[in-house]
Amino acid sequence: MNARIQTNAQRGFSVKWAVYGVVLIAAAGGTFALMGLSRNIQQRKDEAKSLVLNLAKIDETTTDAKQWGMNFPSHYDAYKATADNERTRFGGSESMPIGDGKTAKPVSKLETDPLLKTIFNGYAFALDYRERRGHAFMLHDQRETDRVKLKPQPGACLHCHASNVVAYRAEGLKAGAPGTALEPAQSENGMKQITKGWEVLAAKPYGEVTALVDHPVSCIDCHDPASMQLRITKPGFVEGIKSLAKSTDPVPHLPSIEKWRKGERTREYDPNVDATRQEMRSMACAQCHVEYYFKGDEKRLTYPWHKGLKVEQIEAYYDELGYKDFVHKDSGAPALKAQHPEFEVWSQGIHARSGVSCADCHMPYQRVGAVKISDHQVRSPMLNTARACQTCHHSDTEEIKARVETIQTRHKDLLDRAEIATVDLIKAIKAAKEAGATDEQLHDARALQRRAQWRTDFMNAENSMGFHAPQECARILGEAIDYARQGQLEVAKLGLKPKAAAAGALVPSVAGAK
Amino acid sequence: MRWAALVLVVALGAFAGAGIFVFDHSQATSYLSDDPKACVNCHVMREQFDGWARSSHHAAATCNDCHTPHGGLEKWQMKAVHGARHSYGFTFDSFHEPIQIKADSLATVERNCLRCHEELAGNIGPWGVQAHARSEKTGTDFQSGSLTAKATSCVHCHAGVGHGPIK
Repeated sequence: MNARIQTNAQRGFSVKWAVYGVVLIAAAGGTFALMGLSRNIQQRKDEAKSLVLNLAKIDETTTDAKQWGMNFPSHYDAYKATADNERTRFGGSESMPIGDGKTAKPVSKLETDPLLKTIFNGYAFALDYRERRGHAFMLHDQRETDRVKLKPQPGACLHCHASNVVAYRAEGLKAGAPGTALEPAQSENGMKQITKGWEVLAAKPYGEVTALVDHPVSCIDCHDPASMQLRITKPGFVEGIKSLAKSTDPVPHLPSIEKWRKGERTREYDPNVDATRQEMRSMACAQCHVEYYFKGDEKRLTYPWHKGLKVEQIEAYYDELGYKDFVHKDSGAPALKAQHPEFEVWSQGIHARSGVSCADCHMPYQRVGAVKISDHQVRSPMLNTARACQTCHHSDTEEIKARVETIQTRHKDLLDRAEIATVDLIKAIKAAKEAGATDEQLHDARALQRRAQWRTDFMNAENSMGFHAPQECARILGEAIDYARQGQLEVAKLGLKPKAAAAGALVPSVAGAK
Repeated sequence: MRWAALVLVVALGAFAGAGIFVFDHSQATSYLSDDPKACVNCHVMREQFDGWARSSHHAAATCNDCHTPHGGLEKWQMKAVHGARHSYGFTFDSFHEPIQIKADSLATVERNCLRCHEELAGNIGPWGVQAHARSEKTGTDFQSGSLTAKATSCVHCHAGVGHGPIK
């Protein structure tokens, strides 16, 4: 009897202890989890405070983004990531290792698209023309391209390819501009210093000028170090936007310009004073992503916006001046070269008209913990579709990407046709020249080549593959094809001997045969 | 054996204390109210709050007027579901970005559209307005009662009335 009672008692004790043990472990584990949760909650609250630890002192002389990055580490990390190598179907960034496997140069466009060699024949772009890649490489690639190594280029080229605010100001102060190096760059004195330095360095040899800088575009080129406010520091843009404001081209997507136009015009349009915050989110990029030329012997970087931003308005401006970038080696035509006109083309599209800025798609908001920052890894939105597009376009990312690729594929097809047509015309004029045609006889055909080539190149140099303004881009390429074929007809009309020269002018290459 | 009970009491007490602390630290009581400020406890919701402040419905509706069913057990059920999702998502950083509404929440929103706008919009679609999921791919259709027809979504066209497009 006692044994049984003992056994029962023993059994009871075991169960009781087991229960005690489980409850203890559960309570301990639960308390642990609660404390972990509490820590997470505190972490989120701290993140939301968006504290900027001013570990590094930054001022108007701090060119190195690394210094700014000590205070803004998340932005700096993203900025460094512009060195990343990710392609999209028509864009993105790429460097392929060549030669020793350590040197990475972007793929040559002249090799992937040999028609360009003919189109640019007589100009440095026929020597070397590579795929663009991230901001991190802008200075390095400019220094390394054969266009700069094999051809003498002016210091004006540095305006867009480096963090040059400090260098321009130093040069400007040396040349007698007022003020000190620490005043805000966008102040009156600051802008005078930048402009003077820029003028002084423009005509000097590139090699000499590039030695004054170390970094690609950096924080200081767009941000005031005291307030982090966006600002314009590039004198080429300041002058260009002044010309645009004075023109009559309607710019409903830039309401501050419309407002200035309706005002008293007691002073020129000044983006640092007049532009809205949202406009600045485009203008900061428009400092460099534009068409330009170097005016005169002083090589004054000029944005050709005096008649407006559209391709034919820029052409009209150049025509009025009788300006040409080069004489085509095969045809003798006075040709124009276009450079990355993203701002001009974006301005014609629905996104600009709807108030969507460059930064909205190319630097969309990124959540880091509980804080939202602008993503400073400037790149193709196709690599970031959810954040870049879905805030406004509530569709699946796959659907969005498919839509973009449809637009870009159609644009590429038209672009190919325009290039083929332009090359056909070049060949026709060349053959006619060889058959003895005079300059007077070839004048109209050459003028048409100028038109066709300008439009084709405007679209070739633009980096959205049609997306920034699809219908406008299709229009431009339609005109390019039309002008090129008209030019061939002009040559054919000459009725030259040998007949082959005239007949050859009429036969188009098979579209798509490249 | 006494000490065992003591240890347990201490452990349970610690658990309870931690629980009360977290309850307070997480501002849990604020979620029992309808005050929009409670929704901005988490600063990721700042844009939505600011957007609402400038929206057409600012004077007519608060967050809960659109995002929770009205009155009764349903409201508290939804609050609990939302709370669980929010807590999990924000603790583990596991939600889609930009933030996207779930099918059942969207259905709630659109039923609330009807609550005020029934006279005007009640006849849209074959069986009246029903919410359906934003993504065609998931193919989820919210069923109102037993009716399953896919109908027009209010916010597909009227996306900005609550708290505007996010920039």
